[in-house]
Amino acid sequence: MNRLAELKIGYRGRVVRIIGDDEIALRLLEMGVTPGVDIELLGTAPLGDPLEFEVRGYHLSIRKSEAHRVEIESL
Amino acid sequence: MTSTAPTSVCVALVGNPNTGKSTLFNALAGVRQRVGNYPGVTVEKKIGHLTHGGRTFTLIDLPGTYSLAPRSPDEMVAVDVLLGRRDDAPTPEVVLCIVDASNLQRNLYVVSQVLDLGLPTVLALNMVDVARQRGMSVDVGRLSRNLGIPVVELQANRRRGVNQLKDALVAAAGQGSEQRLSPFPEPFRQEVAALCERLDKHAVPGTNAAAGDGKASMPRYLVERLLLDTTGYLEDEMLRHDGPGLRDAIRDARTRLATAGCQVPAIEAVARYGWVNETLQDVVTRPASRAVTFGDRLDRVLTHRVWGSLIFLLMMVVVFQSVFSWAAPAQDFIDAGVARVATVIEGHLEEGALRSLLVDGVIGGVGGVLAFLPQIFILFFFIALLEDCGYMARAAYLMDKLMVRVGLSGKSFIPLLSSFACAIPGVMATRTIENRRDRLTTILIAPLMSCSARLPVYALLIAAFIPERSFLGGLLSLQGLTLTAMYLIGIVAATIVALVLKKTLLRGPTPPFVMELPSYKLPDPTVVAHRVLERGWSFVRRAGTLIVAVAVVVWASLYYPHDPSVEAPFVDSRAQLTAQLDNLPYDDPRRDSVEEQLAQVDHKIAGAYQEQSILGRIGHAIEPAVRPLGWDWRIGCAAIASFPAREVVVATLGIIYNLGDIDVADPDASGLNNALQEATWEGTDRKVFNVPVALSLMVFFALCAQCAATLVIIKRETDSWRWPAFTFGYMTALAYVGALVTYQVGMLLS
Repeated sequence: MNRLAELKIGYRGRVVRIIGDDEIALRLLEMGVTPGVDIELLGTAPLGDPLEFEVRGYHLSIRKSEAHRVEIESL
Repeated sequence: MTSTAPTSVCVALVGNPNTGKSTLFNALAGVRQRVGNYPGVTVEKKIGHLTHGGRTFTLIDLPGTYSLAPRSPDEMVAVDVLLGRRDDAPTPEVVLCIVDASNLQRNLYVVSQVLDLGLPTVLALNMVDVARQRGMSVDVGRLSRNLGIPVVELQANRRRGVNQLKDALVAAAGQGSEQRLSPFPEPFRQEVAALCERLDKHAVPGTNAAAGDGKASMPRYLVERLLLDTTGYLEDEMLRHDGPGLRDAIRDARTRLATAGCQVPAIEAVARYGWVNETLQDVVTRPASRAVTFGDRLDRVLTHRVWGSLIFLLMMVVVFQSVFSWAAPAQDFIDAGVARVATVIEGHLEEGALRSLLVDGVIGGVGGVLAFLPQIFILFFFIALLEDCGYMARAAYLMDKLMVRVGLSGKSFIPLLSSFACAIPGVMATRTIENRRDRLTTILIAPLMSCSARLPVYALLIAAFIPERSFLGGLLSLQGLTLTAMYLIGIVAATIVALVLKKTLLRGPTPPFVMELPSYKLPDPTVVAHRVLERGWSFVRRAGTLIVAVAVVVWASLYYPHDPSVEAPFVDSRAQLTAQLDNLPYDDPRRDSVEEQLAQVDHKIAGAYQEQSILGRIGHAIEPAVRPLGWDWRIGCAAIASFPAREVVVATLGIIYNLGDIDVADPDASGLNNALQEATWEGTDRKVFNVPVALSLMVFFALCAQCAATLVIIKRETDSWRWPAFTFGYMTALAYVGALVTYQVGMLLS
């Protein structure tokens, strides 16, 4: 299974699940990163981390380590 | 008070950050608002009042949030206020939800949670203009029908729709509460019902249920949260008195739910976002393909690997450079005004304690601080501008990777950056950091950021001692670079302290960085002006109260005990010189030399008075400690006097060095600058100040915790005296060592 952290810039993926049930998982879910939602990598910060995504019509920034917790299928 | 009369309807304001919530609150409450703190937690308590349609309303502004899922005492406040569980806030009868029309999907998540509370709710659909610009249209009527609540279109920044919103609040105020259908699937609802029943049966003594009034001991919303919160916060908080039995029950319920396909905690987001999608069916129409907006293109540049970093650096340099050079004309104007007032008072009052108090204490103190108002305004202007246009979130995004290296997150960047204006709002801005260790670390290093109160010290000493040299065709100046260096010292020290803290006292994993990057918008001039004036005014108020008080105390400790016997050794020579002067004709060339001798005697008298004053004696006592920093006892006095508030140092230096001057308000000299340049070590011709001394003094001020107000705020935010004491201790030590190294190295090099 692919991870969100492995997505290439300009590509989209569909969220399958978020691994774990700690605070990071809760925050991602609340911000709309839920199973079934489409998410696109828009770019990365100058130092390569964090990442900037488009999800549910807005821009969300999370770190690579957090994006690694999200399983996606490519579209 | 009419505001708390029983006819007043309480409205709670809820919404995501960046939706214009504060703007709406200001538009509704106008000037009738007050800000405070909920006791015991650090959440801001903002309450306002408004009258409309014959009803009075009490408005409670809850902190901007993406979700009503408490995982800390601070997050618990919003839920407790909404459920009427706090004694220090009225129970809301209406909830006003504000949402961003261009970002409805995510914004409606928290609305879904609000609706579960069963209170009459009004939806304010803000930023309809932004949505329209992006080619989106929202069917307001259908949205209102789907939600089952009134929806009012709004442009809060233009005050459009505010009256209709007030009408809707009046209408909603009369309605009773209703329990809506839960968005959760059946198995979840069953588990919640079972838990409710269990809690009622095993009710803790003293709660509602135990009192036998038939009500559940806990609102259903909280029982749902108990089941959903996997971080364990609510379990610990709510079930302190309950045995392990309930914990097991919750764990078993979660296991059953997982097998039923309702995995906790994902089930909540899945259920609510499912409800959101249903609600928005046929409500929002958007262009077939996502249009690349101007903001998107701007972002590709501003967050670009090379250009983004360069622009960021450039922006910081421009800010600090303009603070230094743009303010100069306005500053000269204020300086001249202050000097005039001093001259006028001097002309009208007899020499003595009162004149000295007014001229040296009050005017010297306030004038010295007021002169820096233009710089403070410019700095606040830039910070407000960057905040309002959406760049600050990008700054956090750009800086996260660097901040992670010291164990913090990019979120600490904004509070730290605003600490450059003043540590007090900076410390308060750390409330956006959810993680406690992270927050504490940020609070403890915030006072190291060079706040605007340090500017007077830097500006004075740089102007007096750093030569005016420019490079790159006038683009950079040595003075500007020195100022930048002072800011960098604070940043470097903060980095080291944060690193050490995160490795020792506040050890813990790096917290998550899950942040919205809001869309860019043109800064709203009224919002920017409001913030600049508000902060500028609070600076003036501080100058007008604390600073004046301290200036007067400092003046008094420099003036008293004013024992005339110190003049005794000089009386004869002074009388002689005065007689000589009287006998000389006005055009005699010898007058100049006699006048100069007289001035020197007066200078010595003033010096003698200073030396035997209270502060002078303290200064002498600590001189051995400050000598290695290159300071004389007078600088030591000034540093001690400015522990309550560092702005005072300028006033104190003014008092200490100007009292010896013959003409305090000499209009030709820029007063203090000259006095400092001319000051000599007592009894010698050796100048007190040279570049290493000026630098060591600046470094001391860059690192020292000379601000009683900041320490008080840290106490308030951390709810303990331990942390302000710690801050004071480590910063003072750091300042001393920093100044020592600066002077010693400086002397070796020069």
